[in-house]
Amino acid sequence: MSVLLFTTLLALGSFVAGFLGALTGLGGGVVIVPLLALVFHVDMRYAIGASLVSVIATSSGAAAAYVREGYSNMRIGMFLEIATTLGAIAGALIATHVSTATIAVIFGLVLLYSAYLSMRAQPPHPVDVKQDRLSRVLHLDGDYPTSQGQEHYTVHHIPFGFGLMFGAGTLSGLLGIGSGAVKVLAMDQAMRIPFKVSTTTSNFMIGVTAAASAGVYLARGYIDPGIAMPVVLGAGAGSMLGAKVLVNARTKSLRLVFGAVIVVLGIEMIFNGFTGRL
Amino acid sequence: MKLSLPKRSDWDDQSIELIIGQLLRVGVLLSAAVVVLGGIIYLVRNGHVIADYTAFRGELSTLRSFDGIFHGVSLLSGRAIVQLGLLLLIATPVARVIFCAFAFFLQRDYLYVIFTLVVLAVLTYSIAGPSLH
Repeated sequence: MSVLLFTTLLALGSFVAGFLGALTGLGGGVVIVPLLALVFHVDMRYAIGASLVSVIATSSGAAAAYVREGYSNMRIGMFLEIATTLGAIAGALIATHVSTATIAVIFGLVLLYSAYLSMRAQPPHPVDVKQDRLSRVLHLDGDYPTSQGQEHYTVHHIPFGFGLMFGAGTLSGLLGIGSGAVKVLAMDQAMRIPFKVSTTTSNFMIGVTAAASAGVYLARGYIDPGIAMPVVLGAGAGSMLGAKVLVNARTKSLRLVFGAVIVVLGIEMIFNGFTGRL
Repeated sequence: MKLSLPKRSDWDDQSIELIIGQLLRVGVLLSAAVVVLGGIIYLVRNGHVIADYTAFRGELSTLRSFDGIFHGVSLLSGRAIVQLGLLLLIATPVARVIFCAFAFFLQRDYLYVIFTLVVLAVLTYSIAGPSLH
């Protein structure tokens, strides 16, 4: 395949991945690595490097739209970024020491888990208005707009959530994904932060987390301009378009289809990892 | 794009986040423009070459370090210009963290100035730390 054709197909594939990732809220990163590794037969390390850089583009591009809604809490974001950036460096360092087959298997498992999370009905967590002392000390309390006006919230289980965030950062650095699903899970389910606040704040954190492992990747030669160029431009444009049409889209059936695709990719990744083909 | 800076007295969280949103957008668009420029040069010169990424070779040292990338850009190498664009993209969230440090300082929230500086230190270690040398 010539470089021109390779670049064009990769840009188109990444565009679709970014578009569907934004529409379904699952993020494009989870499909970009399997797309590169399974379809284009790109080495896992190049695939992870390109995906990670594209994650910065999609999260930063979407941020401008998110902040206008007034949900994100920059103190929660900054505090938890201490954990995610440390985790990201740890993940990137692990990535340079384990085999690509191992990474492929872990990636597959994370894909299956993400699909499970997206298909499961979100159990609304009980409203917990009890003040958390640590939350006040760390200035994490906030207000967010609801249909009944501004509503106050407080953050719970902070040390546990901080630990989960370190794990989310490690996955991000190891696999080149945003791991937004794990971040939202930690904030929404464990720390009892309102869902809208969790998703928008998580988006902010994804870019900073990815930047922390991108430095390590760049130095190790994982970021190839020939691969990263079409992936970043395609995924970035796709996710911006996805965020625009999000308002009018019926996302439920789309989530199911995208979830099914992720399951298939997850099984493929695990199979190819075990048979040593990746 | 309208970028109106609030007065010192209204450095509230909402206006800070609006500026951050715009900062991130400008960063992404700027880096995309550089990547496109480098990409065009790269494709014009190498579009007909056979693409082969099945084996990992690691990037040439010229595309791994700041010095190497800047040198390549001065030679108008398409790949180096793309890499510069990617560096700008990586720098965008870092710029956001630096901006937050100032914003928290103006709000006199010194606890968060410290938290932000910790995040910045981790980022600096990753991007310019021992792994690059």
